[in-house]
Amino acid sequence: MTGKTLYDKLWEQHLVRASEDGTALIYIDLQLLHEVTSAQAFAGLREAARLPRRKTANLAVADHNVPTTERNAGISDPIARLQVETLDRNCAEFGITEFAMSDPRQGIVHVVGPEQGATQPGMTIVCGDSHTATHGALGALAFGIGTSEVEHVLATQCLVARKMKNMRINLNGTLPDGTFSKDMILAVIGMIGTSGGTGYTIEFAGSAVREASMEARMTLCNMAIEAGARAGLVGVDEATVTYLEGRPYSPKGDQFERARNFWLQMVTDPEAEFDKEYDLDISVLRPQVTWGTSPEMVASVDDAIPNPADAPDQTRERDWARALEYMNLSPGTRINSIELDKVFIGACTNGRIEDLRAAATVASGRKVAQNIKQALVVPGSGLVKVQAEAEGLDRIFTEAGFEWREPGCSMCLAMNADRLEPGERCAATSNRNFEGRQGYGGRTHLVSPSMAAAAAIAGHFVDPNQL
Amino acid sequence: MEKFVNYNSVLIPIDRSNVDTDALIPKQFLKSVEKSGFGDNLFDEWRYLDQGEPGQDCSGRPLNNDFVLNKKAYRGGRILLARENFGCGSSREHAVWALRDFGIRTVIAGSYADIFFNNCFKNGVLPISLPGADIDALFAQDAESGPCSMDIDLERQTATAESGQVYRFEIDDFKKQCLLEGLDDIALTLQHEGDIATYEQRRMKEVPWLFEDLAS
Ligand code: SF4
Repeated sequence: MTGKTLYDKLWEQHLVRASEDGTALIYIDLQLLHEVTSAQAFAGLREAARLPRRKTANLAVADHNVPTTERNAGISDPIARLQVETLDRNCAEFGITEFAMSDPRQGIVHVVGPEQGATQPGMTIVCGDSHTATHGALGALAFGIGTSEVEHVLATQCLVARKMKNMRINLNGTLPDGTFSKDMILAVIGMIGTSGGTGYTIEFAGSAVREASMEARMTLCNMAIEAGARAGLVGVDEATVTYLEGRPYSPKGDQFERARNFWLQMVTDPEAEFDKEYDLDISVLRPQVTWGTSPEMVASVDDAIPNPADAPDQTRERDWARALEYMNLSPGTRINSIELDKVFIGACTNGRIEDLRAAATVASGRKVAQNIKQALVVPGSGLVKVQAEAEGLDRIFTEAGFEWREPGCSMCLAMNADRLEPGERCAATSNRNFEGRQGYGGRTHLVSPSMAAAAAIAGHFVDPNQL
Repeated sequence: MEKFVNYNSVLIPIDRSNVDTDALIPKQFLKSVEKSGFGDNLFDEWRYLDQGEPGQDCSGRPLNNDFVLNKKAYRGGRILLARENFGCGSSREHAVWALRDFGIRTVIAGSYADIFFNNCFKNGVLPISLPGADIDALFAQDAESGPCSMDIDLERQTATAESGQVYRFEIDDFKKQCLLEGLDDIALTLQHEGDIATYEQRRMKEVPWLFEDLAS
């Protein structure tokens, strides 16, 4: 008998009903909501005179539109304000718990879920946001959905879905100094491409994953979607259990012991088989920097920009050429010679406390370079901010010339006032380098927090070890 | 949802792979709390030469005349042709709302990102996947002989080019029926309310902590 993968187990445990044609009704344990993708879902409920099936299985927080300065002044953009107020109103009307903008627990939804212990192993978790994949780091099946599906889950606590295929990516070896889980996931995307994981759930395994902290695992799973997979997973181990113990929504007392035993079964059986499997030796990994407008366009800091003529096929040749034009870069340019205008440290990829610590280690006692117009540090949540301040990280940053902000998505997608101006070039710890993502005409290079801090100090990309 | 009706239309070629949802509808338009009104901002950054703002009248904005959506010959087109991994990136259903509002009812591409693919079916948009060689041929045809049109027949699962060439496509039966009948899938799921309740009762015994009230 062959064993089951973690994904197989999660799928089977949530199967409410299966049809012969392969579509299934699966049960959703937790839905996270934010302002951008929920208003139309609530409106749909209201129109059809429906109520949430289990309002207490939903948790809401505004993150995309919130300002990162002067919270007390509220949101100045009237359209953004209306959207956040609409979320407040919908949550009040339907009885859904919301961390409002003034709540110290407010933050990016994917930082808040695990931090509060709302994200737990063995759950199915959805959110109208593709980076829901993040929560898979705790052994939960978590994936992004569209707004119609948000409404569907509100009304039925279920989703109509088809089973994905199983992929495992084994990350073996020990990370060299100056490299982090962000570098691992960028290297993975470079290897399998942005559609390499389409139709799959990716489980990250191997010694480097076992050794990784929970937060580092979240960074890995966060970007599974950039490899095309809706969900990323890491099997549960003692690190997962330890992480969850004592968090506000974690089970308590006897219940915790019961949950613990259940959680520890949330792993792939040794004899399970995967539809696809990759291995990557990360002991030779170098710090990664994206150079194009797709996360798969990535290179090591000491490499040069590739030549589109060397692309593996014609389509990519054209895509690379177009990307270089947009990025205003030419083939052969050394990555470490690329000068920057702005630096952004934050987002659901790298806005947690360990990320800020890694960046602060680099920034400590140094100064942001003259050519950097703005270097932002945006904690992923209010609680991350409090923790960072307790450790004095905010002072390290501000003394070095970084701006220390209030929590939110901020310059990851520039829906609030934090953005790139046309033509500006940014080192960002977020997850997408698409055209215009950080502001109209802006140019984004995805990097780790340590690299972002090093780039701010040097004014250009540089191996953090050689700063 | 509106029923999907067979139709004939010119193909609008967007010769790129990895067309992401940020490109389909830039973030500033996501601030809307409405479910329609996105058509003027479909491909906003590629379509106009200035930076678009939500709520703005687009009729006077400077157009990028090189972009296919602005070319006369493709006006009124309801089929979009693209390459691999169409709709990747953000889960924003606004991307499909923008396509639908613009009038696009079918996308033909090499492959799709999963979330975008699902979102299409919730809004009466049919995403067709064809093998790379067919996609190449369709692009080549457009490049060589100008805009070409196709007949889309969902019942028979065919897209027929003017040349008479028939491209058969695969589609999940359930999704096909939903499109054809314009079904509200929430109502369909609620027909299984008994199964859902049974499942909940069993799980409440097995894993009671998953049913804790998040408010408490
Ligand atoms: S930080 Fe960026 S990627 Fe993460 S949820 Fe916010 S906008 Fe999305």
